[in-house]
Amino acid sequence: MRPIIRVENLSKQYRIGTRGPAYRTLRDALTGFARAPLERLRRNGHSNSETIWALKDVSFEVYPGEVVGIIGRNGAGKSTLLKILSRITEPTEGYAEIHGRVGSLLEVGTGFHPELTGRENIYLNGAILGMTKKEIDRKFDEIVAFAEVEKFIDTPVKHYSSGMYMRLAFAVAAHLEPEILLVDEVLAVGDAAFQKKCLGKMGDVAKEGRTVLFVGHNMAAVSNLCGRAILLDKGKIIAEGPTEQIISRYLERIRSSSLSSDLASRRDRRGRGRVRFTSVYFEDKEGNPIEQGVSGQPLVIVLEYQSVDNRPLYNCRVSVAVYDSLGQVLFNCSSELTNNEVITLPPKARIRCVIPRLPLSQSQYLISPFLEVNREIEDWIEGAMILNVVDGDFFGTGKLYPEGWRGKGVLVPHKWLFEQ
Amino acid sequence: MDSGIGEQTGLLEQAAPTTSDEQVKPKSEEAYALPNKPLIVIEPSRGWAPVDLRDLWAYRELLYFLTWRDLKVRYKQTVIGVAWVIMQPLLSTLIFTIFLGKLARVPSNGIPYALFAYAGLLPWTFYSSSLNSSGNSIVGNAHLITKVYFPRVIIPAAAVAGRIVDFAISFTILVGMMFFYGVSWTASSLMLIPLLLLLTLFALGTGMWISALNVKYRDVGIALPVLIQLWMFVSPVLYPASLVPPAWRVVYDLNPLVGLIENFRAALFNMPFNWRALAISTAVTFAMLIYSAYAFRRMEKEFADVV
Ligand SMILES: Nc1ncnc2c1ncn2[C@@H]1O[C@H](COP(=O)(O)OP(=O)(O)OP(=O)(O)O)[C@@H](O)[C@H]1O
Ligand SMILES: [Mg+2]
Repeated sequence: MRPIIRVENLSKQYRIGTRGPAYRTLRDALTGFARAPLERLRRNGHSNSETIWALKDVSFEVYPGEVVGIIGRNGAGKSTLLKILSRITEPTEGYAEIHGRVGSLLEVGTGFHPELTGRENIYLNGAILGMTKKEIDRKFDEIVAFAEVEKFIDTPVKHYSSGMYMRLAFAVAAHLEPEILLVDEVLAVGDAAFQKKCLGKMGDVAKEGRTVLFVGHNMAAVSNLCGRAILLDKGKIIAEGPTEQIISRYLERIRSSSLSSDLASRRDRRGRGRVRFTSVYFEDKEGNPIEQGVSGQPLVIVLEYQSVDNRPLYNCRVSVAVYDSLGQVLFNCSSELTNNEVITLPPKARIRCVIPRLPLSQSQYLISPFLEVNREIEDWIEGAMILNVVDGDFFGTGKLYPEGWRGKGVLVPHKWLFEQ
Repeated sequence: MDSGIGEQTGLLEQAAPTTSDEQVKPKSEEAYALPNKPLIVIEPSRGWAPVDLRDLWAYRELLYFLTWRDLKVRYKQTVIGVAWVIMQPLLSTLIFTIFLGKLARVPSNGIPYALFAYAGLLPWTFYSSSLNSSGNSIVGNAHLITKVYFPRVIIPAAAVAGRIVDFAISFTILVGMMFFYGVSWTASSLMLIPLLLLLTLFALGTGMWISALNVKYRDVGIALPVLIQLWMFVSPVLYPASLVPPAWRVVYDLNPLVGLIENFRAALFNMPFNWRALAISTAVTFAMLIYSAYAFRRMEKEFADVV
């Protein structure tokens, strides 16, 4: 049988620092051209900006009906790969061929306009995703029903709640019928019930025999949906094979790099980067460094950061999210929720997040620090550090948490009342 | 207690787990019989790539929907909506008629100045608003460009198409004014059709080029309104081209809008056509269209990466 997608030595080079406004202006180009024709010649027409290979010599094949997961850390090149296959951007080198109609879902609600009604947005978004008007007419009622927005279908979507908005956006995408579906992390948004519905719909898609490339950070979703997975790291394919095997390779890699508390050299981070976390470690309530947390005991997460310049950081939001070993978020500690005042931080300091009674059972977890300054994400490292938790007397009864439940969800203080 | 675990592990139960074996093996060979030729080939493009007309045709509905969105949003957002489309040239006409027609006594080829000015402002407003909105269209639709594939040229094209509708609406006012001033329609009005076609192509040509340039050099978008202002004065919008000394016309006529706007009036008011100027306009329009199609194709490769 012939592959439906064949990718050969695909590579993509990006220039760093070219993105965003006000980088190049016509004025610079004209004056620069007048001033430095010689320099330009010397550099052989290339600008001196740095380049990176977001993707390098990637080759693989996908057979009809397969659902393939693409996993890897931040910046591994997953989105770049999907963008090339959906023809949004061109590869720098290499070749790929696709034998079928491609629908790509890099984001839900692409092209949604807040001023337009639900009905209007369904048509617009459908057309943008490649559906014909006839196709949308035919599926319209089904889409509206899936989104559960019947009553508001003629209301501008700017009046929708964010949940309704997401449901409608996903409903349109879920009714695409291409032979090949490229999906990028669209499930990272929305509430749990919504995610479940989306995953259900995705599962249906897979069962219909369509070919799917699925990028995900949620390992539970990947392992549920995908028969095979590809692990990318720094633009290269590291491993390829049965999903479970590849996921454990991936988690292993994360674990080995999350052992060190030094974060300065980590490259798998997101954000603008004017402020960076340099280190993360744990303390007990007396301020002594500890290697692991204890269920029910206080835990202090210490984050060290440094700014590139000496200016104070105005209007900050700091958070630490805790994930289980499959990459599912268990809880998020955010200064936004606990503090009412506007937080201003010095350019370099140590910040502490105090959890008075650690609600985790014995297992391994990952923590992800996040820093936003004046509404701009500065740094965000997913799986920055492993948190090992050992059993403790969380419930104050001297009993340990049952082994089968360990690492699943969080511990919640509670009590039972019995009638005598 | 243990028995509950299986059912409660999470939200993913619905997406029935499938084993890898089921997925890799197809039901039967011919169920997935594939055409020999791949539908899509992806590789770095080299040199000059011609415009893919088949691809454009396949996405014609998107052109329609983007035009429709543009109109809908534009008409919805302002309080007076569609009325604004009519008010804009009408108000300009009123002001220019008072200052230029009555006070400065700018000649108008024997036609009432208000009608003369409106007949110039109509094609001019169409052109300038087309250039303005298509010139900013690629940057303004960055969220689409970075998330979905479609022939990029649809974006500036939709911006121009939206302005055609504006033009049609304000054309009805012209019809009313012609009636009011007792100017009757003649067979030369048929020339309006090819003139409008040329004007649209010229708007598309310049708009496409500016929109691509604007991605690369962000100050283009800032300079554009100023350029458009200046351009109005070197086009026969508020004065007849006959006011320009013959010695200058060699250069003046190189502006394609001269031939288009002048002949637009000639077609309405049954005056002799200036074929020489029209020939120049046609040549410049097509040269511009070909050049900007080439420039656009060359620059569009980088849109998704830098916009
Ligand atoms: N338009 C661009 N210009 C410059 N660099 C880019 C651009 N897009 C992506 N990159 C860089 O290419 C690399 C790969 O990015 P990509 O978005 O493919 O990663 P990813 O695997 O999808 O990561 P994530 O999990 O964070 O979504 C990163 O280092 C990123 O900074
Ligand atoms: Mg990504």
